[in-house]
Amino acid sequence: MAHINLPEGIPGILGPMAFSPDTAKPLNELAEVLLRGPNSLSPGEREMIATYVSSQNDCYFCQTVHGAVAAHHLGGNETLIDELKRNFESTAISDKLKSLLAIAGKVQKGGLHVTSEDVERARQHGATDKEIHDTVLIAAAFCMYNRYVDGLATWAPRDPAMYRESGRRLAEQGYVHSTDHLPQANANSRGSATHG
Amino acid sequence: MAHIKLPEGVPGIRGPMLISPETTKPMRDLVEVLLRGPNTLTPAEREMIATYISSENDCYYCQHSHGAAAAEHLGGNYELIDQIKRDYISAPVSAKLKALLAIAGKVQKGGKNVTAEDVDCAKKQGASDKEIHDTVLIAAAFCMFNRYVDGLATWQPHDAEMYREIGNRVVTVGYVLPGWERPVSAAAKQPRD
Repeated sequence: MAHINLPEGIPGILGPMAFSPDTAKPLNELAEVLLRGPNSLSPGEREMIATYVSSQNDCYFCQTVHGAVAAHHLGGNETLIDELKRNFESTAISDKLKSLLAIAGKVQKGGLHVTSEDVERARQHGATDKEIHDTVLIAAAFCMYNRYVDGLATWAPRDPAMYRESGRRLAEQGYVHSTDHLPQANANSRGSATHG
Repeated sequence: MAHIKLPEGVPGIRGPMLISPETTKPMRDLVEVLLRGPNTLTPAEREMIATYISSENDCYYCQHSHGAAAAEHLGGNYELIDQIKRDYISAPVSAKLKALLAIAGKVQKGGKNVTAEDVDCAKKQGASDKEIHDTVLIAAAFCMFNRYVDGLATWQPHDAEMYREIGNRVVTVGYVLPGWERPVSAAAKQPRD
């Protein structure tokens, strides 16, 4: 059971987002620009960084839904996403992406863990300043989303079909309107009467 | 030196924010609603949660800029902010705020560390669901901001007057109005280290 009274039957981050639309808006806008905005890193690569960090943070909902988004961008390659979470260094991805995932993994432990050697390795594999910036911010942002989802003990269903469908929808339609269909509890009037 | 090329003489999060306006807008909107939006928790209480998390994450710039914002909201009480960072349990703040700081501290370590007992304790001290929600999200958001600032090795001067100026600006103007990106005068006078 969630730590606070959230709308019933809404999985993961969508529950607190329905509870608090004022904060949901910038949270969705940030995800949209980070994961789907114009970028030399493909949406698939950026979703892989988000998935890896969520996996390191042990957030079931985030790693599964973003893993599904990444897999959808990659033509349904769910095996690659599983391998990436287990050991990205031995996965069939570019050296540049491996070096960015290494930076993301350091950010997950704490920003001060990132070394000049980590950044130098990424540069040697062709990463630009913007790609390094975006990798650090994607990793940092998922340290927020993951804590939001697990810190409130939200409901994370175990049905792979649900995540596959969410992954397809988010990959095709994005994040900005991903909560439009939800019943919006007004957090300011809050209270007990929203459901029973 | 920062890990990527950032504007000279611009401290902390302002450097990366200047080179990435499209991610800066939602981040500024988020911090404004979290720390200054309508809420039963005062802006000072919310800045104290942000400061405590930034201190736990060892982020110099964030703990000093938000510590200054909290102190300036309280008429310049910097001693209280130091106490919160050292040992909030013995600080003269409400039992409710202490219970919320305990939840925030668990979130800092990882979301799964928050227990039903932590939440019950906050509710017994009168915390509402919205206050608990906002505490979790403030703590989570500063786990992002802190990592952004330190993960890029931004310039973080040790200059109390500069942080006081930042704190005053947050109290009077907030986080979203134009002008936030100007290097504050104290910082601009100093060479980069």
